[in-house]
Amino acid sequence: MGFWDGYVWPLILIVLSVLAIVVPIILLVAYLTYAERKVMGAMQLRQGPMVVGPFGLLQPIADGVKLMAKETIIPSGANRVVFIVAPMLTFFLALVAWAVIPFDDGWVLANINVGILYLFAISSLGVYGIVMAGWASNSRYAFLGGLRSAAQMVSYEVSMGFIIISVLLCVGSLNLSDIVRAQQDLWFCIPLFPMFVIFFVSTVAETNRLPFDLPEGESEIAGGFMVEYSAMTYALFFLGEYANMILMSGMTTVLFLGGWLSPFAFPPFTWIPGVIWFALKVAACLFVFIWIRATFPRYRYDQLMRLGWKVFLPASLFWIVLTAGALIAFDWLPK
Amino acid sequence: MTVEGDSGAKIRPYTVNFGPQHPAAHGVLRLVLEMDGEVVERADPHIGLLHRGTEKLIEYKTYLQAVPYFDRLDYMAPMCQEHAYALAVEKLLGVTVPLRGQYIRVLYAEITRILNHLLNVTTFALDVGATTPSLWAFEQRELLFEFYERASGARMHCAYFRPGGVAQDLPAGLADDIWAWTEQFPKFMEELAGLLDENRIFKQRTVDIGVVNRDDALAWGFTGPMLRASGVPWDLRKAQPYDVYDKVDFDVPTGTTGDCFARYLVRMEEMRQSIRIMRQCLTDMPKVGPVKSTDHKVSPPPRAEMKRSMEALIHHFKLYTEGYHVPAGETYSAVESVKGEFAVYLVSDGTNKPYRCHIRSPGYVHLQALELMSKGHMLADVVSIIGATDIVFGEIDR
Repeated sequence: MGFWDGYVWPLILIVLSVLAIVVPIILLVAYLTYAERKVMGAMQLRQGPMVVGPFGLLQPIADGVKLMAKETIIPSGANRVVFIVAPMLTFFLALVAWAVIPFDDGWVLANINVGILYLFAISSLGVYGIVMAGWASNSRYAFLGGLRSAAQMVSYEVSMGFIIISVLLCVGSLNLSDIVRAQQDLWFCIPLFPMFVIFFVSTVAETNRLPFDLPEGESEIAGGFMVEYSAMTYALFFLGEYANMILMSGMTTVLFLGGWLSPFAFPPFTWIPGVIWFALKVAACLFVFIWIRATFPRYRYDQLMRLGWKVFLPASLFWIVLTAGALIAFDWLPK
Repeated sequence: MTVEGDSGAKIRPYTVNFGPQHPAAHGVLRLVLEMDGEVVERADPHIGLLHRGTEKLIEYKTYLQAVPYFDRLDYMAPMCQEHAYALAVEKLLGVTVPLRGQYIRVLYAEITRILNHLLNVTTFALDVGATTPSLWAFEQRELLFEFYERASGARMHCAYFRPGGVAQDLPAGLADDIWAWTEQFPKFMEELAGLLDENRIFKQRTVDIGVVNRDDALAWGFTGPMLRASGVPWDLRKAQPYDVYDKVDFDVPTGTTGDCFARYLVRMEEMRQSIRIMRQCLTDMPKVGPVKSTDHKVSPPPRAEMKRSMEALIHHFKLYTEGYHVPAGETYSAVESVKGEFAVYLVSDGTNKPYRCHIRSPGYVHLQALELMSKGHMLADVVSIIGATDIVFGEIDR
């Protein structure tokens, strides 16, 4: 194998496939902000963006241009390196996680056999960006935001871990494509319904969305860890948050909603390509994210911790035992 | 407050400067919080950032020119404050207001109450994190502002209640439109209550937060919804009725727990009672008749009269240049404003300008109890407490 065949072509191929994932995701993030504003607008008796372009469709682009053209202000007391690295880290982590998400049968960048562990590891790292930002800003509000997010993300990750274990017990594999294939007959959201609910709530907490947006805490700590950020550094946090929302919806889809599988295994539903089903399911999850934001007030810090440790953790632990017990008792263990 | 640590090191509390530029500071409240982690150990409200010297300015204006200053105190309840001032001047002058004028004043005072409570209840929800109610309420508020505009010509700073009555009569058709509005409003209230009343998160954030018991509420000088939420059925509209409040039938809602949720519920119920009062005003109001005192030494004569009568022209000229002279004396006139007892202590020395005009604003009194209410609670609770206290800085810094 020569230099070209061995290294260059594979590299170009990988870069192209990475771009094929990243570019649509960044565009999706932009239009997710548009969708959020439109959906919330409809729920709040207003129109949302209407001015830039037809139906305000160019608004996300105008916002992006505005944020890029603005000056990045670094507070004089800030730790410059950490301050700049934090948003980059958040954004980077929100994108790399997509490597293992299967969009359709075989449509996956890296079909690694421990995909779910990789995904879990990457989403856990997300907290570092926020903690670093909170610390490096050298602001009291940002510091409180950083502290809150550290506590919040740790407490929700534990129960999320247990939920994933109960799914894995039913599948017998850590590969995300295998998890989807195991749902051929029955999506996991039906037998594991309580787990599905807890998982979805935990993803809302994991992405710092209302009612769990304590690190941001707009009316309490005025933006929290983002309070000192401006222009592109702020935009990276923002993009990271929304990319994470899409990612978490994707994760919910893969784990509980049957990934690319069509809801009914007969035509005409099976004619529709799997990637469309995947996108529709992700969109439905995102709609719920937005719906929750328009409806609920924010939890208080201690109430959030109580919910995580005293409700979700015991419940998910109980369901693991129950799932494992049922699998053994009825001999349903995956072969 | 410095604490000695185990190793002898001094531990300073974490001080946070909450405001004056803070989304939940409701204006220009500067609150210095000393915290232990997220728990507030000391809350020190600083005032004065919106001080405009209103009381002193009024001493240099004629009695009529002083009216617009009252719109600009608590800018969420402009007409209720004009009401207190108008009553004070009328008391010193010994002028009575025609019945239709009194009904219009009560009608508009209740519109003002709904305007304020809508804003307060929904921004309180916004402080707690619920974004939708405030946008819903703004639609209703917009309709009410239209009624303001049609009666007085201005949406907020109306200068509509004047000593002697109201500035002008309601235009044709306005009463019917207000009636139509009162018919659709209860449905809106249901929707709003449906979003908040039984919302678990909203309850978790407000129940047992900022509790003030009955005795403390009285000792700290609470009035209005804040006092009634603590279980004291004290309402000046019932206790010492002014204008036609003794002719209308309404209930005074009280809470039992004295927490933020009770304050919210009291305000919601007050809006429903305000609708009752408004409907009674609209049905009982004399359909025709003067709306301001017919004593043209105090209230301006009709324009048509001025074309015919020399005396009317002179009255008009004197009223808008020199103003009227008020007999020497002093009065303390209080009204049940939207936030509590709003009062004007007016001293007249017999000239055309007040000698002294002291303003008693309910928000000022409530703000000083912020430390009492928020001690030992968490940072997020302070935000709920400020929201439920209904603070508007225009009246606190006068």
